[in-house]
Amino acid sequence: MPRVSMRVNGAQVSASVEPRTLLVQFLREHQRLTGTHVGCDTSQCGACVVHVNGKAIKSCTTLALSCEGAEVTTIEGLAAGHDLHPMQAAFRAHHGLQCGFCTPGMIMAAIDMVNRLGPDLSEETIRHELEGNICRCTGYHNIVKAIRAGAAAMGGMPLAAE
Amino acid sequence: MYAFDYHRPTTLKQAGNLAAKNAEAKLLAGGHTLLPTMKQRLASPPALIDLSGVAELSGIALKGRNLVIGAMTTHAEVAGSDLVKAALPGLAVLAGGIGDPHVRHRGTIGGSVANNDPSADYPAGLLALGATIVTTKRRIPASEFFTSLFSTALEEGEIITRIIVPTGAKFAYQKFRNPASRYAMVGVAVAKKGARVAVAVTGAGADGVFRWAEAEAALARRFTPKSLDGVALPDPKGLNGDIHASAEYRSHLIGVMARRAVLAASGK
Ligand SMILES: Cc1cc2nc3c(=O)[nH]c(=O)nc-3n(C[C@H](O)[C@H](O)[C@H](O)COP(=O)(O)OP(=O)(O)OC[C@H]3O[C@@H](n4cnc5c(N)ncnc54)[C@H](O)[C@@H]3O)c2cc1C
Ligand code: FES
Ligand code: FES
Repeated sequence: MPRVSMRVNGAQVSASVEPRTLLVQFLREHQRLTGTHVGCDTSQCGACVVHVNGKAIKSCTTLALSCEGAEVTTIEGLAAGHDLHPMQAAFRAHHGLQCGFCTPGMIMAAIDMVNRLGPDLSEETIRHELEGNICRCTGYHNIVKAIRAGAAAMGGMPLAAE
Repeated sequence: MYAFDYHRPTTLKQAGNLAAKNAEAKLLAGGHTLLPTMKQRLASPPALIDLSGVAELSGIALKGRNLVIGAMTTHAEVAGSDLVKAALPGLAVLAGGIGDPHVRHRGTIGGSVANNDPSADYPAGLLALGATIVTTKRRIPASEFFTSLFSTALEEGEIITRIIVPTGAKFAYQKFRNPASRYAMVGVAVAKKGARVAVAVTGAGADGVFRWAEAEAALARRFTPKSLDGVALPDPKGLNGDIHASAEYRSHLIGVMARRAVLAASGK
């Protein structure tokens, strides 16, 4: 089996994998980082969003082997010890989740949004940018509120773990 | 997904040799069409040749009056490129409207063009702009490249290396999105450069992307949405009907999106 090496949340990892191993399987099953979820497995829902080389991607639609040498950040890589990342804290403060299944992908997508568009995000922009993330519980209102607040809180601070 | 062998060349030469040696192998670009198809077992190639390590296939340059876009350039890169935004802003808008942000970070122009999905956005844009698809073997005008649903002029082992897009046209693409899939239910690209007017339609044709000649003739006389009043819409008999929209509705949408595209191309 071919070997793949990458940095995940700052740590160098390496494993032998079958070529058909998806990045999300590599993260969940090989690295035991089960915060990244599989909601649809058909590239629609965004529960599997992680950052690869600083960009949000759907890890259910990416081969682990394609990420050779990449820098990967998952939801587990955001908090500094017990201090939540501001976007995580905002989701908690604004009740941006119910069952929580979509939340890791939402938060990774939200941070990517701030990285690309800056911390001052309008409600319209956030709703538009969330096209690739589906939530079956909340109706999105509190997610949008959380992202606005989280983005504002990120303004000025160095972007964690990237 | 069935098991497969995996190759990750780092030069175009290696990729070409691998493709020549493995006739059954498939090229992997962003994987955002191929991997879902393989998961559904609609495709089961014995080997994948991953182009993501071939740096020379990525990037955007302005050469003379043409934009030259590497096959592995992602939709996000085209959408965010200052060169594209300055030379052909409508193309940046087209790329920025594909799928969602995460799809745009992986999906590539080469993969989109090679796949020729009848609802994809690039085929209409590139056909209207009179682009040229450059491969490891030859140069193919867009008008000869997109042959039918999911089929192209590409031969076995042929790799798209870059797309040459002439600039200088008034150009816009307007799409009526399927709200669930984000693909075009109907998308219309309009380009005007001197006396040449092209109107290309995606999402609707039973045979894939096509040019709407009657609209082109009317717009060549005067480039304004009003010119389309009274022009016969494409016959629903040649259009797709499905659970999302009937052929008649798609025909109607072509008229609407074409008018919006003309307006946008005129900078209004
Ligand atoms: C949720 C979702 C929404 C989407 N929405 C849209 C949308 O709104 N509009 C739209 O247009 N598309 C949409 N897409 C499709 C997306 O743009 C794909 O990225 C694109 O169609 C294929 O590009 P890829 O780089 O992912 O190619 P891949 O999936 O890797 O490859 C596709 C095909 O092209 C071949 N190929 C790839 N590169 C080359 C090359 N250089 N030379 C020759 N052959 C090659 C492959 O062998 C394969 O057969 C969507 C996809 C998803 C998952
Ligand atoms: S699990 Fe990847 S998009 Fe749904
Ligand atoms: S909180 Fe349940 S899916 Fe979003």
